[in-house]
Amino acid sequence: MPAHAIVGTQTVPIEITLNGKRRSLEVSPVTTLLDLLRNHLDLTGTKKGCDHGQCGACTVLIDGQRINSCLQLAVMQDGKSITTIEGLAQDGRLHPLQAAFIEHDAFQCGYCTPGQICSAVALIEEGHTTSREEIREFMSGNLCRCGAYTNIVDAIEDVVGRRRQPVQEAAE
Amino acid sequence: MKRFSYHRADSVADAVQALCATPDARIVAGGTNLVDLMKYGVETPSALVDVTRIASLNGIDDTDEGGLRIGALVPNRTVAEDERVAARFPLLASAILAGATPQLRNAATTGGNLNQRTRCYYFYDTKTPCNKREPGSGCPAIGGVNRLHAILGASEHCIATHPSDMCVALAALGAEIRVEGPNGPRRIRFADYHRLPGDAPERDNTLQPGEIIEAVLLPPEAEAFAGHHSYLKLRDRLSYAFALVSVAAALDIREGRIVAARLALGGVAHKPWRREEAEAALVGSPADEAAFAAAATQLLEGAQGHEHNTFKIELARRAILRALGQAAAGTPQSQTDKRIA
Ligand SMILES: Cc1cc2nc3c(=O)[nH]c(=O)nc-3n(C[C@H](O)[C@H](O)[C@H](O)COP(=O)(O)OP(=O)(O)OC[C@H]3O[C@@H](n4cnc5c(N)ncnc54)[C@H](O)[C@@H]3O)c2cc1C
Ligand code: SF4
Ligand code: FES
Ligand code: FES
Repeated sequence: MPAHAIVGTQTVPIEITLNGKRRSLEVSPVTTLLDLLRNHLDLTGTKKGCDHGQCGACTVLIDGQRINSCLQLAVMQDGKSITTIEGLAQDGRLHPLQAAFIEHDAFQCGYCTPGQICSAVALIEEGHTTSREEIREFMSGNLCRCGAYTNIVDAIEDVVGRRRQPVQEAAE
Repeated sequence: MKRFSYHRADSVADAVQALCATPDARIVAGGTNLVDLMKYGVETPSALVDVTRIASLNGIDDTDEGGLRIGALVPNRTVAEDERVAARFPLLASAILAGATPQLRNAATTGGNLNQRTRCYYFYDTKTPCNKREPGSGCPAIGGVNRLHAILGASEHCIATHPSDMCVALAALGAEIRVEGPNGPRRIRFADYHRLPGDAPERDNTLQPGEIIEAVLLPPEAEAFAGHHSYLKLRDRLSYAFALVSVAAALDIREGRIVAARLALGGVAHKPWRREEAEAALVGSPADEAAFAAAATQLLEGAQGHEHNTFKIELARRAILRALGQAAAGTPQSQTDKRIA
């Protein structure tokens, strides 16, 4: 990857993989990833809550890691793979966490939900799901003003349990 | 956000050159502090130097001296989950897990964490004066709202605290910072890295213009504390809040006696607060409450509260006793189950 010289206030070309598709874009250095998604690419599933890293509503997956998109500059995402809430469903089928959130009534207004679900997808990959306390602590970066926390933990536990089951059966 | 030029550096030398060419340029790594401050108009650099593509700033490696080198770009989460860190320097892993959130720890880097700025409310609010933001404009926290502020080492110009949890553990472990700059590389003792405010609160640390942090070095002798340590963080809610008071305690206990001790406080000063006299007071004693109380008295000597934070003095004393007790018992504070045992 070539180093860029000082580019002033012009736009900078970047290439990212967004929800599985390669995208070549021109971005201004001041644009955050959150604003790029919402204002320039019409992916409004990712929400802007605080815009300061304090609420988690803007959580997306960057190279598989959960990150607050409001504090990321779009220009720094060159070469990265980004997954938003819009990219979780596969072949018209909801991601198991999306289905579990519906089943467990894990939201009220729904504003925090895309961030909660992206965060939970990464949480399960990280494996910090051995107890309700651990799930709560490792979901502490996602605030829910409606207070759906109990049901959010239920939904996550449900998906974790279902993922574990086939492994246990195979071991028996 | 004020507009700025963007420079993606491909080597440390390239970054140093870019920083020297534009004196008000800022390094950007994880962006979790700098981008936030730029949105508030507190930081208004005319150029950003993106160091995240510099390969030599990555990785956690064993050093020739027998310790560990943590590259400046290594994310906080990677440090906290590294097996070598967990086995040899568990105090550091614990302190990192006590801070911020999983999302922020994924983005936040080791170098950025060292250089994160204070959380003083006035520093963030460009409509108010602040000596740290605008030298000479005054300090409204003195006589204002100062619950988060310092009780030790403050000055009449600034009573801000350094907000990092990671740095409190690094202070206790006696880490070193390796930097590169226009005058070549140098190593800085952790205790000499961050500054007290004095009459120049605009300077948080001793990094010189054009310098860049390359790595943090953990010394092999600090492995002696792996069995007896605790990071205890007290705050207004149990997660996702900055410390009112935090304690990094580390003991080396042999045959019932303390042979070496480290004690550092967070949330109470412009830098992690450590005093060698307090640690010396513990050495040679049995690990009991009398010794812990003597160390607490030494470490907090001269503490002075303000309108809203005088409670921190007694809170810190009790937190020191508790953390040393946890360390002595070999039962470090859990960062998941927040009940304080
Ligand atoms: C909501 C919220 C809650 C938080 N809670 C906590 C908490 O509880 N405990 C805690 O400890 N922290 C907390 N943080 C702070 C977080 O830890 C820091 O923002 C983070 O560590 C900064 O790292 P970064 O890589 O994102 O730095 P950046 O934002 O990229 O940079 C920060 C500063 O470091 C400088 N810098 C970066 N890399 C280098 C380098 N290699 N050499 C020289 N200078 C460099 C930059 O120029 C800038 O001045 C919180 C942050 C937020 C937003
Ligand atoms: S305490 Fe320091 S940072 Fe806060 S207002 Fe005073 S000078 Fe500014
Ligand atoms: S919008 Fe990003 S954390 Fe709140
Ligand atoms: S469902 Fe309303 S904020 Fe969480």
